[in-house]
Amino acid sequence: MSLFSRFFGKEEGSGKTAKDRIIMVLMQDRADISPELMENMKRDIIAVIKNYVDIDEERIELDLEKENTSVALVANIPVLTVRRRKRRV
Amino acid sequence: MESRVIVVTSGKGGVGKTTTTANLAAALARMGKKVVAIDGDVGLRNLDVIMGLENRIVYTLIDAIDGACRLKQALIKDKRIENLSMIPTAQSKTKDAVTADQMIKVCDELRADFDYILVDSPAGIEAGFKNAAAGADEALVVTTPEVSAVRDADRIIGLLESMEKSPIRLIVNRIKPHMVKKGDMLGVSDVLDILAIDLIGMVPDDESVVRSANTGEPLTMSSDSPAARAFKNIASRLVGNDVPFMSLESADASGGLLGKLKRALGL
Ligand SMILES: Nc1ncnc2c1ncn2[C@@H]1O[C@H](COP(=O)(O)OP(=O)(O)OP(=O)(O)O)[C@@H](O)[C@H]1O
Ligand SMILES: [Mg+2]
Repeated sequence: MSLFSRFFGKEEGSGKTAKDRIIMVLMQDRADISPELMENMKRDIIAVIKNYVDIDEERIELDLEKENTSVALVANIPVLTVRRRKRRV
Repeated sequence: MESRVIVVTSGKGGVGKTTTTANLAAALARMGKKVVAIDGDVGLRNLDVIMGLENRIVYTLIDAIDGACRLKQALIKDKRIENLSMIPTAQSKTKDAVTADQMIKVCDELRADFDYILVDSPAGIEAGFKNAAAGADEALVVTTPEVSAVRDADRIIGLLESMEKSPIRLIVNRIKPHMVKKGDMLGVSDVLDILAIDLIGMVPDDESVVRSANTGEPLTMSSDSPAARAFKNIASRLVGNDVPFMSLESADASGGLLGKLKRALGL
C-alpha cells in the first residue's frame, strides 16, 4: 500500500473482512485441503520432527495463511527439549 | 452471423440468473437480434412468469424432448417485442428430466432460427445444472457480492472451465453502492481479484427489479431504471460493443484515485 493510498484510504469495513475470508476459504476449496487432510499432514510432520526434538504435540498449530498475494503453510511447533545426539569420539 | 448459445449460471441459488436471462433476452431482441430464452431450470419453472408469458404455455421443452410436440410448437413468441421467443419448461418433472445430449440437440436445432439462445439454468450446486449447460458455447456467471455466493461462483467457474465453455464472463448483481462506499460490501474489483475472470457487467440492487417481476415485464422492455440500464449495457457488450462500465465503479471499495481525492477534499 502506498503512502498515498494509505492517506486517502478508507476505514476498513466488513467488506474487507469478507474479502479476506473468501480468499482463505477459496484457498482451501481450490487446494481441496480438507480438515482431515490437514490433520493427517500435522500427524506426519509431528512424526518426522519427533525424531530430532521433543515437541509439545498438544500445542502444535498448523495453518494456511495469506501473505499479500501468496499463501504460506505456517507451523508453530513448541519445542520441549532438543535431543542429545550420539556423537562419534 | 453464427448463433451463440449462452448459459446463464451461478453457484449459489437466488442470485439473479432468471432476472438476468429475461432482461438480456429482451434487450438483445430490442437491438434487433433474434433471441430465444430457454427455461433450463426443470422443475422450478420461473422464466415464464418473469417474462410475463405464463398464460401462453401450451407445450414445454419436455414435451418437445419427449416427442409430444415439435420444438417449434413449444416456442412462445413474445407479442411485445419482435424477435423474442421463449421455451418454457415443465413444473412436474425432476431436475434430470432433460439429458445433456437432449439439451445439445435442442440448442443446435434452434441455431437455425436464432442469433442468441440464452439458457436459464439451475444453480450450479444443484442437480441438472450440467445438463442445462451442455448445449452452450459460452457462459455468464451471476454472483452477488457476498462471501457464500462468491465462494460458490468459484466452484462453478471451475466446472464451466472443465466443460470448455468460453468465454466465461461474470455479472455482479445486487450491488449496493452506499454499502460499498462505506466499505461494508465487497466491491466489484474485490470480486474480480478473487475470481479472476472477465467482467461483463454489474447491476445495482434496485427495487424496479421487484416491480418488473410483479408485472411480468422485463425492465429492458421499457424501463430506464439503473438496473435496466445495467442489463442493456451487458447486452450491448455481449454483441461486441465497447461500453464503458457504469459509474457504480466510482463507488467501488478500491475505486478510482480521483474519487478518493475528491472525497478526501470534500468535493
Ligand atoms: N438487481 C436486483 N435488485 C433487486 N432485486 C433483485 C435483483 N436481482 C434479483 N433480484 C431479486 O432476487 C430474487 C431472485 O432472483 P432470480 O429469481 O432472478 O434468481 P435466480 O438465480 O434465478 O434464483 P434460482 O436459483 O432460484 O433460480 C428475485 O426476487 C428477484 O426479484
Ligand atoms: Mg432462476
